[in-house]
Order: sequence, then C-alpha cells, then structure tokens
Amino acid sequence: MFFFSLMQFTASKQPENCLLGPESDSQRTLYPYVTGTSVVALKYKDGILMAADMGGSYGSTLRYKSVERMKPIGKHSLLGASGEISDFQEILKYLDELILYDNMWDDGNSLGPKEVHNYLTRVMYNRRNKFNPLWNSLVLGGVKKGEKYLGTVSMIGVNFEDNHVATGFGNHLARPILRQEWHENLSFEDGVKLLEKCMRVLLYRDRSAINKLQIAKITEEGMTISPPYSLKTYWEFAAFENPTQGAVGSW
Amino acid sequence: MFRNQYDTDVTTWSPAGRLFQVEYAMEAVKQGSAAIGLRSKTHVVLGCVNKANSELSSHQKKIFKVDDHIGVAIAGLTADGRVLSRYMRNECINYNFTYESPLPVGRLVVQLADRAQVCTQRSWKRPYGVGLLVAGLDESGAHLYYNCPSGNYFEYQAFAIGSRSQAAKTYLERRFENLADSSRDDLVKDALMAIRETLQGETLKSSICTVAVVGVGEPFHILDQETVQQMINAFEIVGEQEGPAAEPDDASGQEAAAEQGGSTDEGVAPMDI
Repeated sequence: MFFFSLMQFTASKQPENCLLGPESDSQRTLYPYVTGTSVVALKYKDGILMAADMGGSYGSTLRYKSVERMKPIGKHSLLGASGEISDFQEILKYLDELILYDNMWDDGNSLGPKEVHNYLTRVMYNRRNKFNPLWNSLVLGGVKKGEKYLGTVSMIGVNFEDNHVATGFGNHLARPILRQEWHENLSFEDGVKLLEKCMRVLLYRDRSAINKLQIAKITEEGMTISPPYSLKTYWEFAAFENPTQGAVGSW
Repeated sequence: MFRNQYDTDVTTWSPAGRLFQVEYAMEAVKQGSAAIGLRSKTHVVLGCVNKANSELSSHQKKIFKVDDHIGVAIAGLTADGRVLSRYMRNECINYNFTYESPLPVGRLVVQLADRAQVCTQRSWKRPYGVGLLVAGLDESGAHLYYNCPSGNYFEYQAFAIGSRSQAAKTYLERRFENLADSSRDDLVKDALMAIRETLQGETLKSSICTVAVVGVGEPFHILDQETVQQMINAFEIVGEQEGPAAEPDDASGQEAAAEQGGSTDEGVAPMDI
C-alpha cells in the first residue's frame, strides 16, 4: 500500500518550463564556466586606480586573452569584475538600464559610485537569496563631488568600502602588500607602481593570471583605461635554478 | 461654481475642454486652512495655520516629515494628504534602502504628480483633494514644490495655498527677491509674517500655527511651540486687534465638509494655475 501511494505522487508530469521540481535546477547558476581572476584597486590623490588582467579562463585553460574586465558606469564610476564573465556582462546590462533611467530624469541629480555600489549589493544579495547567484566579485570605484569612493561586493552579497580592495587571489597576495605600502594621497605614478607590484606577484603566483593587463583610472574629470600591456618578469632567481636541491624526489 | 452637466465624471470633458471634477478638487484645496512655504539657497521653511474644530479637540496635523531631507505641508482633505505622505515616505525609504542615498526631491515630486494624474483619468477614481507644498534638499540645492490635484507640479521660491492664502502671497511677492540669501532665522520670521497675513487680524500665537524647517546640516523637523512663540515675541509679530475676530475657516478640510456651498466665490478662476 505504501509503495503504491508513492507511485501516485511521482506519476504526475509537469511541463518542461515549470520551476518546481528537478527541472528547475537547470535554470540556476551552479558553477562558473569562463572566469576572470583578480581585480586590484586603490584610492590615490585624484581618485581611484584599478588593475585587472585581460584573461578569461575556461577551467584550467587560459582560453580568452582579450577580455576587458573593467568598464565605466555613468559619469562617476568604474566597475571591475572577477568570476563568471557572462554574469559580468549581465550586470553591465542592468547597470546600463539604471544609468539610462537616471539620465532620462535630466534634473541635475546623478547616481554616484556609492549609489551604484549599493544597488549592486542589493542585486547580488537578492540573487544569492534565491540560490541563483551572479558568480562575480565586483569592485566599484569612483569620484563624485571630490569624494573618492571604493567598494567591493561578492557573489553572496558581502559588501564593504576601503582604501584598497581586491578580489579572489588578490585578497591573499595583493592586500598584504597594499596594507604595508599604501598611504593617503599617493601620486598617480606611485599608485601605478604599487598596482604593478601587486599584479606582478599575482602573475607569478596565480595560475589563472596572464601577462596582459590594463590599468584604469577614474577622477573627477572622467575615466581613462590604459591600452593592454605586459609586465616585465624575471625568471632567473637562483632559488629556481635547481628547485629540487633541498628536496630530493620532489619536482 | 455652477452645477454643470459635464461634472458628474472625472473622465468627462466639457465642451470648453475642462475637467470639472479636477477643478472642483482644486476648490477643496482652497477651502483648507492656509499653508505656506518659502526657501533660500540653503533652507526651506513650511508653515501652516492650525485651527481646531472646537476648544475641546486637538488640531489636525498638516505638516509631515517624509524623510530627513524632505517634508510636506498640506491644505485640503487632510485624509488624502495623510495617505500621500505615507506614499512619499515609502518611496523615500525604498530609494534609501537600494541606493543608501536620499531620494532627490524633484524625482519624488514627479512620482507624486504622476500618481495624482492617474486619478484624473480613471472613471472609478476621484482626484486627490489636497494640495501639497513639498520642501526638500538635494544635490542641486534647496527646493520648494507645489503639487496640485490636477497632477501638475511647479517649483517656487515662495508660495501659499489654502484659504486666505492670497494675503500671504501678496506679502511673499514683496519679499521673495531677497529670500535666496536670507538667513535661516529670517526665513522663519518671514514665514510667521506670511502666516499672520492669512489670519486677518487675529493674534498670531504659536498655538494656532506650526512651523517646520529643513536645511543644509539641519534635518527636517517641526519647531516646538516654545521656540515658535519665542520667535513671534522676538520679531514682535503680533497682529492688531481689528473689531470682530475673523470667521474661523472650515477646519483643515475634513471629508464630511460637504456643506461648503455658499462660501465659494463666483469669480474665482477655476484652474488656479
């Protein structure tokens, strides 16, 4: 009897586009496919500097090498993303619409970096609550009315502001450097040097990093993004000449 | 205003191209007790006359805080005003939650006006019977708007609505050119003077008026009675006693005040704007 009644329940067939039952899982984000690695950003004298490489990895393959992972948002903000590239593109569409409606008011008010950051936090957190996250870690920086703003949001909706932020491996490799060497009112040149130092470490140690990066700058005047370039690397360290010297059997 | 054959429905035009129901709604605003607003570059002051029905009752609340940076004074059907204030508060709080930033006044005013317009174009609705003076601060400075039942809105340097508001408007017309650079206290003084104008001889006391201020570094708040009385005394704004006291106007526009007939002017232009 018990077995028979069970059969009754599983016998009902639901249409393919129904969001109840097992078929609904194919609609949710389960894992990322094409991903970008770290984004690093810091506040400097005139605004925000942000760096990200141009790699899009397909699992362990470094498949795409010209992915722009930093984009301007409106007049005052700059968004950098790591994680699933298609979700980043989706976010850009949302923000495009947001900025469009903001501009349509044409009333002297505009959404600044703080507002965009909070909007993104709401979006990311909401998606996380529906168990369908946008698989990104975002960095949002900008300047409005002389006020510099730099914040980050993760795929689960954790958000905060700081003088320097990073995503992914950048948190482990770049932030410690920034904690030591960042200070208020960095000049543009010093800021770039500091970012390059962080990016170089990431290039050596993060397997998904590629040696083709861009640095973006946003100030009261606007946003500029450098053309792609490479960092100089050094592979002749003595300790790497004979890597297994101190550990026989290792490779 | 005459009984017209085109005034039964808000969705019926008259041959002259008028919507009488909307115009009648604006009449309701004119019957309510006065509310005035004025602004400088950095502050906005709202004031209103509070008349209680009898000595036994408390007076109607006509000034509402909508957010730290926005407040509204109403004239007309206060119940409608209360409902619209609730809507405005909701919009402000939602915007703040999403953007961590105050909703710009100009945008709130447009949203309010759009809601009012809807009620002028649905046969199963009626226009709101309340005029709102919206005072607020945003990125582009201090603002004062007037939202009327027709769904129109206008920005003002200074304005007055409600019964006997013309007297206040006359006073404000004389003063408005200097308002932009007024200090906060001078602005409040001008508000009290304007309120006094609408009282037509009655003594100005803090018990019959309410004043609220919003400004740079000063969140919207209603000044307490003591402060107002002190200011009245300080500026010596006391009306002269002129024979019999002016006839108290019909409360602050209660819903049941259908017995307004008889007090309306024949020659008043329907659309005030």
